[in-house]
Amino acid sequence: MKAQKKFTSKWLSRIFGVLILGIIAYSIYAYKPSIEPIAPNSLPDYDPAVIERGRLMVAAGYCAVCHTEKGGAPYAGNYAMETDFGTIYSTNITPDREQGIGSWSEAAFIRAMREGVDREGRHLFPAFPYNHFAKMSEQDIVATYAFIMTQVKPAQVTQRNNELPFPLNLRYLQAGWKLISVDLKPYQPHSEKSDMWNRGAYLVEGIAHCGACHTPRNVIGAERNSEKFEGAIIDDWIAPALSANNESSLAWSAAEFSQYLKTGATVQHGVAIGPMAPVVHAGLRELPDSDLTAIGIYLADLAGNVDTEATSTAIIAASLDQGKPNQTYRWDAGERLYATACASCHYNVEQIALGRPDLGVNSATNLNQPDNLIHAILDGVDNESGISGVVMPSFRDALNDQEIAQIAAYLRNSRTDHEPWTELQQRITDIRQSTQYKRGQ
Amino acid sequence: MIKLKINGRDVQIDAEPDTPLLWVLRDEIGLTGTKYGCGIGMCGACTVHVGGQATRSCITTLAAVDGTEITTIEGLDAEHNHPVQEAWQELRVPQCGYCQSGQIMQAAALLNDIPNPTDDDIDAVMTGNLCRCMTYPRIRQAVRQAAAAKREI
Repeated sequence: MKAQKKFTSKWLSRIFGVLILGIIAYSIYAYKPSIEPIAPNSLPDYDPAVIERGRLMVAAGYCAVCHTEKGGAPYAGNYAMETDFGTIYSTNITPDREQGIGSWSEAAFIRAMREGVDREGRHLFPAFPYNHFAKMSEQDIVATYAFIMTQVKPAQVTQRNNELPFPLNLRYLQAGWKLISVDLKPYQPHSEKSDMWNRGAYLVEGIAHCGACHTPRNVIGAERNSEKFEGAIIDDWIAPALSANNESSLAWSAAEFSQYLKTGATVQHGVAIGPMAPVVHAGLRELPDSDLTAIGIYLADLAGNVDTEATSTAIIAASLDQGKPNQTYRWDAGERLYATACASCHYNVEQIALGRPDLGVNSATNLNQPDNLIHAILDGVDNESGISGVVMPSFRDALNDQEIAQIAAYLRNSRTDHEPWTELQQRITDIRQSTQYKRGQ
Repeated sequence: MIKLKINGRDVQIDAEPDTPLLWVLRDEIGLTGTKYGCGIGMCGACTVHVGGQATRSCITTLAAVDGTEITTIEGLDAEHNHPVQEAWQELRVPQCGYCQSGQIMQAAALLNDIPNPTDDDIDAVMTGNLCRCMTYPRIRQAVRQAAAAKREI
């Protein structure tokens, strides 16, 4: 009994010890030091080429889209991102020293982009897709920094408090999330692929962070590596799959991808709308054609759409063919003309009324030749003919030969058991020419 | 000289025999309730009654109607209280109104020949009277209501 108690407490203390050690180890791992603020007006004198490179990076990352509130100062933050875990407000990344990143050094900016840690050492939430920005070269990150610090207007806008429930709001827990969720290694070129392919991959996986929307996320909000680019729901829109599982009837070729990102539209797939619109129009379209071509090459290869022109041509041809008016529609023209021009009088319910001739049983429709029906339609029935006091208008100037032929064929073929009339339209032309208005002449 | 009876009144017209009846009604007689729509008998706006039958007056020549009795919207009812007109007023059928005199004349003729029309009957007979304002559901409802009212008379 006593021995057993001793045994239990020995194990309890061991477990407790391991727990304490674990917490200490995690704390060491999670701890990130603060990086000293830079002195005011102490920025290096950046070469204009570096700043231009940074401008293109900021466009390719469409940073302004998430870092600008509607109607707010550009890059001043407070754009609300609705996540499965709560609402996160984007940060002020203008070079304001109080509210923005004006006191951040290059090193602090690089650490934020690569590790998701702010200047003061606090872990950033992964709504900021540093898992992608970590793929960027240091040169590009510094250029991005140079552009923001020199070209963006400082704005003293305070960030709203995030609306995250406890314990998700504890930033040091983010260190654990990083450990299990993301790969923060810089982009490694694939030597077996072309330079263009690698350039495209570098941009797509890095600054353009396409996977942030187009890759589904797991229960803890990390992109699922096993379902890369398989499509996801973002802001109530579908970010379609960029993989071979894309549902479009036409495969996305490299040229289609490039054109889409340059102009916001392709003839084969449609337009960039919803959350994708600013990605193009406030972002990627600024990239040089060579970069957009590279992105197209990489994405088309990922989706397995390198050579799809023959298939596409066949699918387009089939779709255009299906969109053509079909013959039934043309055959029905006679029925529709009859409904408009004739049925107001030539329609009966249970009995045929005098003055409302039923054209199915009417002699003119049943004769071997269509002549009498044609005469009646062309010149009508005046008061000296037929029922006294009732007339039928003349359709000579109202219907052309083809239309009269359609009405006559409709009546003959649908209302009688006789053989169709042949060369009907020619007969109408002949009769039209051989007769004139008799009335009034 | 062509002789007609228009809305119960004897009229003599001195015009070219191939003049459309619609021209005569509007320009010679001054009955402008009947409207010019398409001019080819396809829209029904010009519908009048010739011998009680709904007839497109735009493609019916003056010569063809020599000696007939013609009724226009102005003569459908002396007090403008024909059951069709009453139904039209109660249900506020017209929108812009341009096609409506043709619609009413067509509906009145329909109820003479088919006193108890189904919706299909109404559609079949009224299809030739077009309404750009798409008042068709109210037209159909008004024709049904007028048919019921006529049966009670």
